[in-house]
Amino acid sequence: MTEAVFTGPADVAARLEAAGYLSDPAIATITYLAERLGKPVLVEGPAGVGKTELAKAVATARGAQLLRLQCYEGVDEAKALYEWNYSKQLLRIQADRERTWDQTHDDIFGRDYLLERPLLRAITSDVPTVLLIDEVDKVDFEFEALLLEVLSDFQVTIPEMATVVATRRPFVVLTSNNTRELSEALKRRCLYLYLDYPDLEREKAIVAARVPEVPAQLADALVRVVRSLRSLELKKSPSIAETLDWARTLLELGYDSIDEGVAASTITVLLKHRTDVEKGLAHLAAPAPAPGSRSVPPPRR
Amino acid sequence: MSPTGAGGPLQDRVLALERALRAAGVPVAVSEGLDAMRAAAAVELIDREQLRQALAATMVKTETHRAAFSTLFDLYFPARLGLDPALPAGTADAEPPAPRDIADFLAELAARIHTGDADAVAHLAREAVGAYGGVPDRDGEVSYFAYRVFRDINLAGLLRRLLGEAPVRDALADRLRRDEFELALRRFREEVETEIRRRQVVQRGAEEVARRAVGPLPEDVDFFRVSADEQAVMRRSVRPLARKLATRLAAKRRRARDGRLDVRRTVRRSLSTGGVPMDPHLRARRASRPELVLLCDVSGSVAAFARFTLLFCHALQGQFSRVRSFAFIDAVDEVSGLFSDGDFSNALERLSVDADLVWLDGHSDYGHAFETFHARYLDAITPRTTVLVLGDARNNYRAANTWVLADLRRLGRRVYWLNPEPAAQWGSGDSIALDYAAVIDRMVECRNLRQLSDFVEELA
Repeated sequence: MTEAVFTGPADVAARLEAAGYLSDPAIATITYLAERLGKPVLVEGPAGVGKTELAKAVATARGAQLLRLQCYEGVDEAKALYEWNYSKQLLRIQADRERTWDQTHDDIFGRDYLLERPLLRAITSDVPTVLLIDEVDKVDFEFEALLLEVLSDFQVTIPEMATVVATRRPFVVLTSNNTRELSEALKRRCLYLYLDYPDLEREKAIVAARVPEVPAQLADALVRVVRSLRSLELKKSPSIAETLDWARTLLELGYDSIDEGVAASTITVLLKHRTDVEKGLAHLAAPAPAPGSRSVPPPRR
Repeated sequence: MSPTGAGGPLQDRVLALERALRAAGVPVAVSEGLDAMRAAAAVELIDREQLRQALAATMVKTETHRAAFSTLFDLYFPARLGLDPALPAGTADAEPPAPRDIADFLAELAARIHTGDADAVAHLAREAVGAYGGVPDRDGEVSYFAYRVFRDINLAGLLRRLLGEAPVRDALADRLRRDEFELALRRFREEVETEIRRRQVVQRGAEEVARRAVGPLPEDVDFFRVSADEQAVMRRSVRPLARKLATRLAAKRRRARDGRLDVRRTVRRSLSTGGVPMDPHLRARRASRPELVLLCDVSGSVAAFARFTLLFCHALQGQFSRVRSFAFIDAVDEVSGLFSDGDFSNALERLSVDADLVWLDGHSDYGHAFETFHARYLDAITPRTTVLVLGDARNNYRAANTWVLADLRRLGRRVYWLNPEPAAQWGSGDSIALDYAAVIDRMVECRNLRQLSDFVEELA
């Protein structure tokens, strides 16, 4: 079982904040539960809402080392679990020619010749560990099955050596951008946390924490504009990082309020596609259309 | 660890919620139910928000199911009644003796929205249900209905009033204020609905209300009845599906190791290990990317489906290296390049302007469309091509020209057809679905996202 560090969701929130991460009730509760129940957390959500940041902050908050497995299409055991160090083994074989094969065999399939990759390192580590499996939606189906085995038993079998069982269970965070539906089996084993863009108050607090020079009323106005843009159908909605970039840009240019002109001249900090920029500008500049029943959807049924 | 710390009533409630979720179509595995119990035992029950998060994280693993969960959670763990359903409801919030004047009420609601006081707005929503939402029935009991509330409180009118009262500034400020008001009114509406369900639970019990409280999940919504909110969900869900379809159709990509030995590089590499070829270099196998041809009916009769169809085309274009999309009504035209900028806002309108789809009268004519496809675009079909036809096969009693599809199947790899009509209606009236189904690999009913994902799943 993962050793307990947190005493409750409120404690999680406080520690994460000390680590520079502003959480919300969902994040705090689920992080706490992940530790209590010893389960991995699967974090899903759009790009740029702080999924990877969360894992880093949890590592800091628990005083643990962070091991990161960046997933990509075609990642395999050799990159994720372990690999034998062939060259070293070969040198060894050449070095002691007078010894019998049996002796050498026992020698070259030992720890010294093993290249540990993040998953195995997380299991064998004897210090507290947070294992971040980033962008797990990118991996192939076969690799997902391998992950299942590791995440449910926290053990790895190395045929030439032995089965390695975790002495300390790592705290596991998986992130996904939802480019592909993950298997039910993997989801079953995880606690599910959907991270959406932060609400107004939280994003304001993030701006205040990261760019403290921004005056409150400017912060308020800018997160409102960002929220308005996020309601659009865009290729790439502005991320939190882009909100912060925009805050710094406005500050640098010496604006203390936002009007149409300011927004138009700096919107490229938020939106990076030509079609998005056009849409965003049209949205912000559009005189409110004659209010009708269309904008407020009628009550269901 | 067992949930012994929690009392029986909590377990029963969690179980009841689990059952209701399953009844609503959310898949909750037994092990997830057990996790929910353990999670519920681990959090502070006093804090309803913590309990909500704990149960959601363990039982609901797909974001699109979250709305159904929230509704049901409110039914089984109502806000102020606590865990004990026996507690009388009236005590906490007794009705004011006489509902106040509606103009008075609206004035306060508008004022609260202007000041952005969310709690007060929520409180007013609950008051509105009590004051204006009740309909007494014969045996003296009062039932509450949302339509009664919104008959007195016209949200569109309220939005107009709010915008009118606000000081006039520049366009940007207008836009932001409008967002604000719309959000507040949406919250008000949700709060009213929640409150009505809460009152129904008190009168009829959670089970009874749960059965009707949750509509179909986003993946079960018929393509022909998609609301604006659901369209957004659909857009998000289609992309992962397209990706899955891409990997399924792709000839299983072998590991690089399976390629042929590259002697020159292996010898070069062996120098570092004293001339022993320890680490053979293998030529990477060229992954055979499948080619896809999409034929989409975009006529008026399947307009709602066509919107989805185009979305699917676009998502597939992002996944396959070689996708060619063709749209047709009674003539066919290539539309592969049309949506390359990813703008979908008025896809159908743009189609009718930019593509040449009408030959005679603008009514579906599959036969003629297929025939022109065969004459003009046959070069798109190679032995590696999978053809996907999307449409209802309602041909207005015109020639079927099934020979075209038979020919495509002979030349290409596979021909599939996704039909948005229930299978029972195939072949009825002017539908010639069965004629086409006979000459292609498979025709599948595809009325919602779930059926689409089943189709993708089976393609393995």
